[in-house]
Amino acid sequence: MRSANRSDKRSPSAGDAADAASYFASAHLTRRRLATALIALVAIMIVVAIAACAAGSVHINLIRAFTDPTSPDHAILFVARIPRVVMGAIVGAILAAVGTALQALVRNPLAEGGILGISGGGALGAIIALIFSWQMGAATEIVPACAFVGALISTLAVYRLAQLDGRLEPLTLLLVGVIFNAFWGAAIMLINSVVNFYYTHSILFWMMGSLEDPGWREIFVVGGLGLAGFIVLLASARDMNLLSLGDSEAAALGVDVERLRRIIFVATSVMIGAAVSVSGIISFVGLIVPHILRLALGADHRLLLPASILGGAAFLIAADLVARVVIAPSEIPVGAITALCGGPFFIYMLRRQGRRPAGV
Amino acid sequence: MTIDANADIALSADVQAAGYGGVDVLREISLQVAAGEMIAIVGPNGAGKSTLLRVLGGVIRPRVGTVDLFGRPLADYDRRLLARTIATVAQENTVAFGFTALEVVLMGRAPHLGGFHLESAHDLEVARRALDHFGLLPLAGRHIQELSGGERKCVFIARALAQEPRVTILDEPTAFLDLRHIKEIFTRFRALCAEHSMTVVTSLHDLNIAALYADRVMLLKDGAMVACGRPADVLDAATIRAVYETGVYVGHNPATGSVTVLPTVDLP
Repeated sequence: MRSANRSDKRSPSAGDAADAASYFASAHLTRRRLATALIALVAIMIVVAIAACAAGSVHINLIRAFTDPTSPDHAILFVARIPRVVMGAIVGAILAAVGTALQALVRNPLAEGGILGISGGGALGAIIALIFSWQMGAATEIVPACAFVGALISTLAVYRLAQLDGRLEPLTLLLVGVIFNAFWGAAIMLINSVVNFYYTHSILFWMMGSLEDPGWREIFVVGGLGLAGFIVLLASARDMNLLSLGDSEAAALGVDVERLRRIIFVATSVMIGAAVSVSGIISFVGLIVPHILRLALGADHRLLLPASILGGAAFLIAADLVARVVIAPSEIPVGAITALCGGPFFIYMLRRQGRRPAGV
Repeated sequence: MTIDANADIALSADVQAAGYGGVDVLREISLQVAAGEMIAIVGPNGAGKSTLLRVLGGVIRPRVGTVDLFGRPLADYDRRLLARTIATVAQENTVAFGFTALEVVLMGRAPHLGGFHLESAHDLEVARRALDHFGLLPLAGRHIQELSGGERKCVFIARALAQEPRVTILDEPTAFLDLRHIKEIFTRFRALCAEHSMTVVTSLHDLNIAALYADRVMLLKDGAMVACGRPADVLDAATIRAVYETGVYVGHNPATGSVTVLPTVDLP
């Protein structure tokens, strides 16, 4: 869309006013480009969602599923597939939006909830809450709340510890993230080794990330929290652009940097907590999706953030479809699929960033 | 000091102590800058030039002392109004992510925009003119990281102009620039001073540039003001030798009539 213009090193000739005008329009976010990109992404998401409803380990007839409520096709579509696709869309949207926001916060495209250990903190919080509620016979409503607390503690700790003399060095940040990941993983393994045998499967589920069998109540809770997070983050999109210039430059342009930081900390922690509480740790979605969209659409967060929401939804629906069908009738945890794609992708980005200062 | 008594005072600073985390970098600064004036802050490395600019721009508050902007204390300004009044171009200009040059310049419009708005046709026109001042229009769509150091500096100065400020603060604007760019930038700011009463405060290492373009030069050493006045009055060999602790030759540029400072060789 825009890359052709960007890489064009030839300047427009002075006489060609129309050409110059279109070149100029291609160099920034216009209402037209915003609308075109978002409509295209909505279309992609719908196509992927329909495909994911139609395909699976069992072949179903979509027409019969809609016309005959007593058929097994109907049951499979409405009880198994649609809730799962909807949950995949919500979780994918959350993970990608959180990735974009965290990247804006630390001014680095390598940040992501999974990589920085934030999802791990959330998962630990969720597991502790779940075991507690099982043991006490209490309701599981506290699970998302505890996942949020775990995620927020991780976010604040990683952010503070990665700062040396007030500077946030990208490599230090990644190292601190790696350490947190290992630490939370070890804590989860420790719990796993001491609890009742029947809990261990559930705990593994959190380690690997899965979208199996979501209920509609969970969908509404996570969807609601996600939606609130999207609104808060979207309202800060322009401030995220200014933050790319650095803290003091953003402040000099009228941004309340401390407030913006707090907004991003809390909103992303709520969102990660919500996603983790139903789907465990699904890594790299927040890395891959914003990166591809940034290349295609540019860096402006007013487009990148809503695009990440839609693209993340489409991406995770597709990844979960793969997880369901490759070894059908068994399935792979979707977190394994995203990590298998994401690991090499991360290395590629790391190498690329090493070559280019503060790359794309 | 030689300020016209009738001129509007843009900046008025009376600072006894300012710095970072309890360490005072500045002491004893008293400075008034008139609207439409260009003042250059010069002095050796570590004299406190950047800190003074940060205090004047409201980035850090003096520990002891006050800064008034157009007669109102800086602390009374809300941050968006301040951003519409003062624009700052820092010494180092980095941008995360692949923003285009035009997008960076448009960021200067942020203090003028409400809510979630995209930039209007007027904002675009302001940005276009700012880029055009420095011949950057052909580069408008290029990634900021792909530009040379000098081009990037010009983009950031264009961004400051897009803020349409009444005061512009420049920290070492000439560091990455070749002679043509330096001339373009200072000619531009001189025109803005004359036509729009813009006030310019710039730190400079190059005393010749300061002498050529600035109305007044302020000499800073160890966080204190040594001298402040017209370049010809302040930049004499004895003062410069005392401040920089090295010998210089001071003459006049026959082409411009301005003071010229040249290093001398100390032979063993």
